[in-house]
Amino acid sequence: MPKITIDESLCKGCGLCANACPKKVISLSAHRMNAKGYFVAEKVNPQNCIGCAFCAIMCPDCAIEVEK
Amino acid sequence: MSKILLHGTEAICEGAIRNGCRAFFGYPITPQNEVPEYMSVNMPKVGGAFVQAESEVAAINMVYGAGGAGVRAMTSSSSPGVSLKQEGISYIACARIPCVIVNIMRAGPGLGGILPAQGDYFQATKGGGHGDYHLLVLAPCSVQEACDLTYLAFDLSDKYRVPAMILADGMIGQLMEPVELPPMRPLSAIPKKDWATDGGYGAERRVLNSLIIKPEELEPHVNELQRTYELIAAQEKRCEEYMTEDAEIVLTAYGTVARICKSAAKQLRKEGIKAGVIRPITLYPFPSEAYAKAAEHAKAFLSVELSLGQMVEDVRLAVNGRRPVAFYGRTGGNVPEEGEIVQAAKSALAKARLPE
Amino acid sequence: MAKVFTKTKMLTDVPMHYCPGCTHGIVHRLVAESIEELGLQEKAIGIAPVGCAVFAYDYFNCDMQEAAHGRAPAVATGIKRCLPDRLVFVYQGDGDLASIGMAETVHAAARGERITIIFINNSIYGMTGGQMAPTTLIGQKATTCQNGRDPVVNGYPVRVCELLATLDAPYYIERVSTQDVKHVLAAKKAIKKALRFQAEGRGYSFVEVLVSCPTNWHMKPVDALRFMAEETSRTFPLGVYRDKSEEKGE
Repeated sequence: MPKITIDESLCKGCGLCANACPKKVISLSAHRMNAKGYFVAEKVNPQNCIGCAFCAIMCPDCAIEVEK
Repeated sequence: MSKILLHGTEAICEGAIRNGCRAFFGYPITPQNEVPEYMSVNMPKVGGAFVQAESEVAAINMVYGAGGAGVRAMTSSSSPGVSLKQEGISYIACARIPCVIVNIMRAGPGLGGILPAQGDYFQATKGGGHGDYHLLVLAPCSVQEACDLTYLAFDLSDKYRVPAMILADGMIGQLMEPVELPPMRPLSAIPKKDWATDGGYGAERRVLNSLIIKPEELEPHVNELQRTYELIAAQEKRCEEYMTEDAEIVLTAYGTVARICKSAAKQLRKEGIKAGVIRPITLYPFPSEAYAKAAEHAKAFLSVELSLGQMVEDVRLAVNGRRPVAFYGRTGGNVPEEGEIVQAAKSALAKARLPE
Repeated sequence: MAKVFTKTKMLTDVPMHYCPGCTHGIVHRLVAESIEELGLQEKAIGIAPVGCAVFAYDYFNCDMQEAAHGRAPAVATGIKRCLPDRLVFVYQGDGDLASIGMAETVHAAARGERITIIFINNSIYGMTGGQMAPTTLIGQKATTCQNGRDPVVNGYPVRVCELLATLDAPYYIERVSTQDVKHVLAAKKAIKKALRFQAEGRGYSFVEVLVSCPTNWHMKPVDALRFMAEETSRTFPLGVYRDKSEEKGE
């Protein structure tokens, strides 16, 4: 099954990944912050991932790895 | 070795090429146009790069790039053009990129005139651009020296990673004199630069930069520059002393003006006045010790310049109040005659003899 | 499982300082990936500008020089003329390239320097806090035109691709965008092509990339992407402005 890994320490919570994901795999956390104080992107529907890497393509901080 | 007849600007170019200069970037401005013209013909002959830049600003930044890539690079201009280069020179000084900048000075301020002057002494020796830095400044007084000092400038600039300037008045640019040229130095004889950004990846990569945004990092960097200037001051001061051993009046001048001062000193000696000349060859670092030594016996000093009094400040610092330091200068492109200097020397001596 | 997307080794591990949602980071990645995929990392020398991308020398994992404001094309000229077999790339923003550095921009292009310029157009001065740029859109607000850019007072935005396309020397000029996945993939192709053309010794290559500035546009990152798609790219139409290779787009 395709899988994404988000490096939360690099995440700035911009949400471009969630916006790009066609399967709503990612969402910004409503309450969980990283050390920089950003609400981080997290996987909410990992089972839906198709490994298209749209999230990683739009992530400005290279915080996402994709496996397939 | 036989001598050949060369123009001052050609001698500068030959001094550069023969010591490995392989990149020249210039922009037309009188009275130094012969430098880019000569380089446009001769740089390609040795496999070097020549670009007529869109401005002096661009030219100095091309020097930044080429010098940063480890190549011996040079630009030349004249006073207003050198003002335009100051931003780039400050960046070069901070990033510690070796290079040679030639200033064939013309009369200022502003667009001024195109005749010889020495009004850029402050700009050349005190930094010129923003921030705490200095150039290594060499002042030739003959066509031979124009060649030799340009040759030397590349070695010193590489050795200390400090940009060097050839500060010449317009007369040097227009003189023709016999010159013995140094042999062509092979590039393989020039020390390699491990800091140069000539293509390095990953752990091997290097960065040339003048942005050091953390105060705790910028201060040590500037202090390190300062230590380099101190080292240069300890090792590289150069000057010519002419009949100074017993001189009661010491004339001092750099560049071609020093030649007129030597004639004036001879004339004064004919008239029974013991005169000598100190000619700084490095303007930065300034050869202060020669003045301190002469102050042991001289009654007065006279600084003669094609300006309204710039080097005289360094002379006064060097003499440090022990003897009076007079000044005689012409500006606007006018050059003093021997007789004017003789008169100024007599007047300086007479004032010094007045009871206090 | 195989990794289908992982960070290129042409970027260092230094976290980028850009604001959340600023697509500068995407362009850094595209340039770095392209160099790696072309196998040119050992030959690459980059020039960082003054502006938001001033710290680019910390991010690209190759030799880098930091240039004075606007002077990067001159610095690149100096390097490339001396080391013609290296890959010399320049990364500049709109204030750097199209305002203070316009002379260097135009003349490096006119000379046909064999360098690649990546031009980031976000229509604002980001680093200094949102002042009007030469590329600010008519009506767009900035801290030095607070009621929006008024052409009577502030003049009109400068279209750099169109301007450079009047010159004979440039080999390749294209404007791309980072507004969505499709456009980012197209931007990657353009950037890689530009770098390849340089490596093949063909000539001057220039890629303008529209980038968002959520902070100074006062928008959410996703809204800023929409603004690029709907507004920025209307003033700055995407497309190929010069391609002497006449290679067909894919």
